[in-house]
Amino acid sequence: MSTVKENNTDFEVRSLDAMCVNEEDIQTPGWHNLKYLIFGILFGIVMIKSEAVSWFRIQEMFRLQSFHMYGIMGSAAVVGAISIMLIKKFNIKTVNGEKIHLPNKTFNKGQIFGGLIFGFGWAMTGACPGPLFAQLGYGAAAVSVTIVMAIVGTWVYGKLREKLPH
Amino acid sequence: MTVIELIKQPWPWYVAGPLIGLMVPTLLIFGNKTFGISSSLRHVCAACVPAKIPFFSYDWKKEIWNLFFVFGIFLGGILAAMFLKNESAIILNQDLVNELAGYGINDTSSLIPAELFSWDSLKTVRGLVLMILGGFLVGFGTRYAGGCTSGHAIMGLSNLQLPSLIASISFMVGGYIMANLILPFILSL
Repeated sequence: MSTVKENNTDFEVRSLDAMCVNEEDIQTPGWHNLKYLIFGILFGIVMIKSEAVSWFRIQEMFRLQSFHMYGIMGSAAVVGAISIMLIKKFNIKTVNGEKIHLPNKTFNKGQIFGGLIFGFGWAMTGACPGPLFAQLGYGAAAVSVTIVMAIVGTWVYGKLREKLPH
Repeated sequence: MTVIELIKQPWPWYVAGPLIGLMVPTLLIFGNKTFGISSSLRHVCAACVPAKIPFFSYDWKKEIWNLFFVFGIFLGGILAAMFLKNESAIILNQDLVNELAGYGINDTSSLIPAELFSWDSLKTVRGLVLMILGGFLVGFGTRYAGGCTSGHAIMGLSNLQLPSLIASISFMVGGYIMANLILPFILSL
């Protein structure tokens, strides 16, 4: 059970089963994190105003009754892909002049099993993790229960990780 | 129509989608961060209840940006509710409205159905199942899959990662199964 900890660096542990792990090589002061607060605020407003946080919109999506959510996710991925293409082509650096890291992911069966499990939860709660926080802010106080349960689910996964097929 | 009235309308997908997509280069250029949200749940575990579990034994403070980001999403929700709320009811596909009426869900005016997601609803079996079990599956599934809609379907697909395509297809398949085959039973409870 302790192999993960003994053989890997802190960075490698954090990288396990995660899409968004990286750190800047250049250390910046803590208050620089406030920019992520601002990006989060903008993202939250877009999620609310596009109604992507709506349980009803998610139900329409999974019943193929509306193009709206497919349009949002599809156009977001296309804009993201073009951006990354441009970043690679012109070797665009970060604001601190650092090279941009784009980690490659390797396949494991968790992407299928976990993906299906998350899909079940997504259709039930009508929310993926981002919208849960936006829903709470928007005034659905009881969603705090859903968020706590999502944290519990994450913890149980971490506890059982070595026993699950990957 | 003033600008603020226009902003208060629901935003079409071709406005919202590209704005969400721009989050990918924004996070990369401003701090070399890859877009992803579900990891924040893991950082909370690592910060609060690591319990000597190897998966949570890392320096979560190095990922604190992610917690700032999700706290921002929460604040964005508050600001949208205070200043940008759309006063008219959400417009839904009539088939969905009819189906939900069959389960006694008649209030389709707000983004989140109060008949399912509220403190009162926690006292009902279906509300309990949706919020407690649903939340658990979101947390367990996203971490098992190594990412959620933002990490895989947007960031991963943007970076042309095959594992993210597999994960995204699995999300959708799971959602189709739940929404069409299992949810009708849960909503009848």
